[in-house]
Amino acid sequence: MKEEIIIAGFGGQGVLSMGKIIAYSGIMQDMEVTWMPSYGPEMRGGTANVTVVLSSDRISSPIVNKCDTAIILNQQSLDKFEHMVKPGGLLLYDPNGITHPPARTDIHICKIEAAEEAARIGNAKAYNMIVLGAYLKKRPVVQLENVIKGLKKSIPERHHKLIPMNEQAIERGMEAVIDVC
Amino acid sequence: MAEKLLKKGNEVIALAAIRCGCDGYFGYPITPQSEVMETLMEEKPWETTGMVVLQAESETSSINMLYGGASCGKKVMTSSSSPGLSLMCEGLSYLAGAELPCLVVNVVRGGPGLGTIQPAQSDYFQATKGGGHGDYHLIVLAPSSVQEMNDFVDLGFALAFKYRNPAMILADGIVGQMMEKVELAPQKPRWTDAEIQQIAGDWATTGKTADRPMHIITSLALDAAVAERFNEKLIEKYNEIRTKEVRFETTRCDDADYLLVAYGAMARICQETVDMARTAGLKVGLLRPITLFPYPTTELQRLAPQLKGVLSVELSAGQMVEDVRLAVEGRTPVKHYGRLGGMVPDPGQVLDALKQLFSL
Amino acid sequence: MTTQEIIKPAHRVYGKTPILTDTVMHYCPGCSHGTVHKLIAEIIEEMNIQDKTIGISPVGCAVFAYNYLHIDWQQAAHGRAPALATAVKRLNPDKYVFTYQGDGDLASIGTAEIIHACNRGENIAVIFINNAIYGMTGGQMAPTTLIGQITSTTPYGRTVELNGHPLRITELLAQLDGTCYVTRQAVHTPGAVRKTKRAIRKAFENSALKKGTSFVEVVGTCNSGWKLTPVEANNWMVEHMFPAYPPGDLKDR
Repeated sequence: MKEEIIIAGFGGQGVLSMGKIIAYSGIMQDMEVTWMPSYGPEMRGGTANVTVVLSSDRISSPIVNKCDTAIILNQQSLDKFEHMVKPGGLLLYDPNGITHPPARTDIHICKIEAAEEAARIGNAKAYNMIVLGAYLKKRPVVQLENVIKGLKKSIPERHHKLIPMNEQAIERGMEAVIDVC
Repeated sequence: MAEKLLKKGNEVIALAAIRCGCDGYFGYPITPQSEVMETLMEEKPWETTGMVVLQAESETSSINMLYGGASCGKKVMTSSSSPGLSLMCEGLSYLAGAELPCLVVNVVRGGPGLGTIQPAQSDYFQATKGGGHGDYHLIVLAPSSVQEMNDFVDLGFALAFKYRNPAMILADGIVGQMMEKVELAPQKPRWTDAEIQQIAGDWATTGKTADRPMHIITSLALDAAVAERFNEKLIEKYNEIRTKEVRFETTRCDDADYLLVAYGAMARICQETVDMARTAGLKVGLLRPITLFPYPTTELQRLAPQLKGVLSVELSAGQMVEDVRLAVEGRTPVKHYGRLGGMVPDPGQVLDALKQLFSL
Repeated sequence: MTTQEIIKPAHRVYGKTPILTDTVMHYCPGCSHGTVHKLIAEIIEEMNIQDKTIGISPVGCAVFAYNYLHIDWQQAAHGRAPALATAVKRLNPDKYVFTYQGDGDLASIGTAEIIHACNRGENIAVIFINNAIYGMTGGQMAPTTLIGQITSTTPYGRTVELNGHPLRITELLAQLDGTCYVTRQAVHTPGAVRKTKRAIRKAFENSALKKGTSFVEVVGTCNSGWKLTPVEANNWMVEHMFPAYPPGDLKDR
């Protein structure tokens, strides 16, 4: 089993930390993982992206040219990464701010109104967990209990009281994800 | 077995430094390796192991702080990225000339000049051929995983002290920024004064006592005959290192017609290329030098006669390929494929290059 | 009284400190370095800190200081001595660490290192020999060379237009919060030598008190570089150097 994921959006949307939680969840499930971020000026408010690979075998390249899943949170990232999804792969996006929706027909496309959902539950910081929930619903590559374990490992202990809130956001994302095609 | 953690290569350098009993880290921030000092400051090792961590005013100062610390027989290290390493070359020459052990980490970014902060391997010449003035070499280790970032800290110090020579971990922006599963080494205590006496007691400046002559750490030898003898001694040392310390890894080389040679993160990408090539019916193998100085020349010489071609794959305009050519000595064609300026090829692009360059 | 009686240990009023080695100094006759070396050696003996002292020698005439004092030495790259001293002291807080630097080393190529070591308040002693010229390389202009002073790279005299102003680095360092003791002395008369010795001793003592950096400038002569006899050089120093670099304490806290 191997899952190559690209997550891309604005800096500040929690792109890198979502990738880290997925990677840590993979470790909790005894998988091999790599997490490779874009780094530099784009970290400071521009676009940010991260490539996460989960595999049951040793991972050679942390750099991919095609991915199984693309999680897309802004228009620039959609323009950049839509073509990189393997045929039959998954493209999950938040339609908020998207003016040109994905057009491919050879991949599975889903959307999650994560910004709207985060506003509804009154917690903008839950945004990336809602997206994560939507992803896990569509690609249950890691079990939810391992995601919670991964969460515990990737956030500092002083923030552990926030874990139930994150769990709820993940569940909300699972419910709210919509198949587009 | 220790717990598996998910950590960045740069963070692991810091954690491994503390755990291997490093006495002092002196550095200056530069992308893409600033997490090394940030992690150390966060960990506050001065409260636990007693390790000193200091942000210096420049890379020039950092490397000279290493000279001061190493002269006392202490395990000292710094980390930087390419432009910073250029500033350190003066100091590295002095450290090599004074035969001082220390560990320097270069998380390479693209150049020349201010260049880019994206990953590159264009400091190969600087790292393996000396960099600063004079005839000297660093011992150069090239990690290709986060786990090796951990392992090579301890190994780097061990080799540095074994040969009284600066050691370098030549990483790149990918290995530095990437997170992977890592098992950290158990905590070792820092050397006691008595242990330093045992390890470095015949040369370190620990304070002149009545029972021994004064110790002078210097690289100065104004008398030409003395300077020549000293340089010959250095050559002997480097030759011993060439004989004893070569490290490399091979993947599917036994029956290979074509050999990829790549180190660091590029070797990871080439591993996938090997799989893709094999699936496509091409007998391709990979030689990954782990030490860049000393270089696995003998292994390349051994493999060369069976090969139809060798492709050196680097994030540079063609630096390591010179060592490949020197090793192969014309026995088989040697080509180079590289991406520049922070661009990183994917495994398929490497395969395309192989096919194109050897008309496959 | 026979010669043998005269040199009996009981009659001895002065002796060479054993901290000075028997190596013949390479310094030119009349040079200030030898005097300052002797003062440091005597202080190390008097404080009984030979096994606790680490000296950092510079690039310049004093590069060979390590041949003359019986202590452990590190010889630094040009200007970098304060960086070495920083690490040595922080890794060995119980040691007495001093740098010995000339004007080219400290006030030109090593300005960044000295300013930041002083600004961090490293608990070290800095001995700064200012003779307004590069001695070892053959008499070129130093940052402290006086306006009008002739050197091999200012053959018609230093001008402000071409070379800027003489750098009063000691005044500059006295402004930094990290320095606890900043003084300027000389060694051209027995009285001045005694004052300089007191200053260097204080700098060494301070470094054990965690008060910050102690900085002792010694205005010195380079009669070879200045192309004067030793006596003329002393007079020239008093007449020309002292107005630009007046002796005295700049800071003592």
